[in-house]
Amino acid sequence: MKVLVAVKRVVDSGIKVRVKPEGIDLQGVKMTINPFCEIAVEEAVRLKEKKLIAEIVAVTIGPKQGAESLRHALALGADKAIHVTTEARIDQAVQPLDVANILAKLVERDNYNLVLMGKQSIDDDFNQTGQMLAGLLDWPQATFASNIQITDGVAQVIREIDGGLQTVKFKLPGVITCDLRLNQPRFASVPNIMKAKSKPLETIPLDKLGKLHNSIQITKTEAPAVRKGGAIVENVDVLLQKLRTEAKLF
Amino acid sequence: MLKKFTRFLFSREKIQYDVLIVGAGPAGLSAAIRIKELDPNKSVVVIEKSGTLGGHILSGNCFQPTAMNELFPNWEKMENKPPLDTPVSEDHFHILWNEKLSLQIPHMFYPSTIRNHGNYVISLGDLCVWMGEQAQALGVDIFTSTAGARVIFDEKDRVIGVATGDMGIAKNGEKKSNYQEGIDIVANQTILCEGARGSITERVIEKYNLRKDCEPQSYGIGLKEVWEVPPEDFKAGLVQHTVGWPLCRNTYGGSFLYHKNTNQIHLGLVVGLDYENPNLSPYQEFQNLKKHPKISRFLKNGTCISYGARVLNEGGYFSIPKLTFPGGMLAGCSAGFLNVMKIKGSHNAMKSGMLAAETICAKQNVEPGQELVEYENAVKSSWIYDELYRSRNFKGSFKYNIYSGLFYGAFDGFISKGREPWNIKSHVKESESYLTKDKAPQIKYEKPDGKLTFDLLDNLARSGTNHEHDQPAHLKVIKEAGPKESINLYDGPEQRFCPAKVYEFIDTKEGKKLQINAQNCLHCKTCDIKMPKDYIRWTVPEAGGGPNYSGM
Repeated sequence: MKVLVAVKRVVDSGIKVRVKPEGIDLQGVKMTINPFCEIAVEEAVRLKEKKLIAEIVAVTIGPKQGAESLRHALALGADKAIHVTTEARIDQAVQPLDVANILAKLVERDNYNLVLMGKQSIDDDFNQTGQMLAGLLDWPQATFASNIQITDGVAQVIREIDGGLQTVKFKLPGVITCDLRLNQPRFASVPNIMKAKSKPLETIPLDKLGKLHNSIQITKTEAPAVRKGGAIVENVDVLLQKLRTEAKLF
Repeated sequence: MLKKFTRFLFSREKIQYDVLIVGAGPAGLSAAIRIKELDPNKSVVVIEKSGTLGGHILSGNCFQPTAMNELFPNWEKMENKPPLDTPVSEDHFHILWNEKLSLQIPHMFYPSTIRNHGNYVISLGDLCVWMGEQAQALGVDIFTSTAGARVIFDEKDRVIGVATGDMGIAKNGEKKSNYQEGIDIVANQTILCEGARGSITERVIEKYNLRKDCEPQSYGIGLKEVWEVPPEDFKAGLVQHTVGWPLCRNTYGGSFLYHKNTNQIHLGLVVGLDYENPNLSPYQEFQNLKKHPKISRFLKNGTCISYGARVLNEGGYFSIPKLTFPGGMLAGCSAGFLNVMKIKGSHNAMKSGMLAAETICAKQNVEPGQELVEYENAVKSSWIYDELYRSRNFKGSFKYNIYSGLFYGAFDGFISKGREPWNIKSHVKESESYLTKDKAPQIKYEKPDGKLTFDLLDNLARSGTNHEHDQPAHLKVIKEAGPKESINLYDGPEQRFCPAKVYEFIDTKEGKKLQINAQNCLHCKTCDIKMPKDYIRWTVPEAGGGPNYSGM
């Protein structure tokens, strides 16, 4: 069984981002693998360790620094990597439907049995790519996975949903997107980082697989409003007055 | 010893290199690059505890390019140039009398050694990123998020490498699901380039008694902010230093303010850690400094984008230890080559890294555990020693107050030029320099305004610092009675000297109890130096944690 794991390179979650007119300031900012994508890679590696899958291929879309996320995935245990290169801003111009189309092309080219992805990326939080990919391939999907079992070509996934937990079962091939509680990724050990350098990495320019349509336009990026101090009021009358005159609620 | 050696032989995973360098700062990266230039066949590895190159680098920085010109003689013509794009255009020095007044010292009164013409305003972090790329292109392996926990000894007690820290240990000491044992990096030579007060370096210095024949090292804390300002307030290459206010005349220190391309102001305050008032907060003094017109004139329409802190060496020439030990050597600020008068150390760090590299490559067949004493001779006959010897009495002359220091600085700068036959040593152990709380004057610090001055925790977010919270605290209490004595005698100065609010005393039924917020730590090492009774030892946390500086 072959698994495709899609990973995205995003601004590190610990960084306090700065806003420029054209968007988030990415200059010199620390970038890492999207946490949910890392969880997907870890899950693929665990499935391989249980001998349920034979090969893991990691793919990313982005500029040449995107290869860092692929090297990280290879160091965690992926076997091969594919780098779809583009100079477009991955946090703005590389959008879910276009990504899904590109991944669908790769699935058709290489015949994967399973696609694992993070449920969403922490820069745009779209939470759409996995679902769109399944739709384009006409495959079953299980999103927000917190547990994955595979037996005899059938995947059983526990999903985290608003009401609690839902268990779904489907015959592979399919798309599964990964949620926080699925696993805790291992650290990339120094010997594995060294081994990763010699694992195969294929580079494909984006226009060989698809196109960026920019169908979603970002019109404005703002920093969140500065938090104003609160005030303690003496009684409900003052509260109602403030709600009317200051908060203008009614 | 035999038990340790057998454990080493049989348990942990090992990788082998010719040279291991601890720390990807200017010293470490210069050493790595120079080795590969001289002998491309030597295998070189640099380990760095930060998650990114430059992530833990913090420095002024008004850069003297002497060593850069030696390491990359054609750097100005390179296609991918190093980030030295802001030559110094103006050089100012002010004595601040109080919150409004100051006296500018005309340029002609600056001794030639502290004139900055020919220097560059840079971000040392950006320079380390560039140097890292150069090193990797030459075949150096650089492993970030890899912390050196301790040195490895052979059966003859010689250093044969460094063990990296274990990852994935929970707060209670148990192994988490992602536990990963560290590995042993074994090398014929280990160059320690951890910067000032390096955690491995200090243990090695103790073990081999490298400070036997020198003064103990002295330290200051440097706090820094980077601001973005509108073009009308920006003057590329303007360099400004001040002494005096807000520090009292018995406290050593001063400020720096550099205009760096484009529209960036790098400014900070250095406070000598031998200050005696436990109520002093270096962070609050820095916030106060910004209110002075000579500082606020540049910042008033700007935005603060970065904050951080790190200790620096102030011992100079007298505090340089023995530089070699069996199996390795010290370079950069781990040895202590900062020129206190110039407040510049990067060029000396780079040069010392290069000399370490040259020493190793000049030797045929370096054996593991060998001590290359030629390195110390090379440093002593280099311009590093010339300039450190020349300004050796600078810090000592401040032992009365800043005026004695300034006066002596002028005397030394113009008249004696380092040739005076006397030595002024003035080391005061920082953790013992406190007045008791009944004798210490109170200091009232104003509340921050949120525009020019900031609350410490708000500012701390600008350092990007973070650590995995479920890990043992890396700040080890090594004297159980320490916190109690600190609060009883000195009112807990750690609550004020830590630039990250790691140490807090909270009220409990049993009295005041110490709470260590290790996640906040900036890896500055102040607590390792200034803690009353030395009750804290800084050890390296799980790798990847700490500040996330960019462009500092």
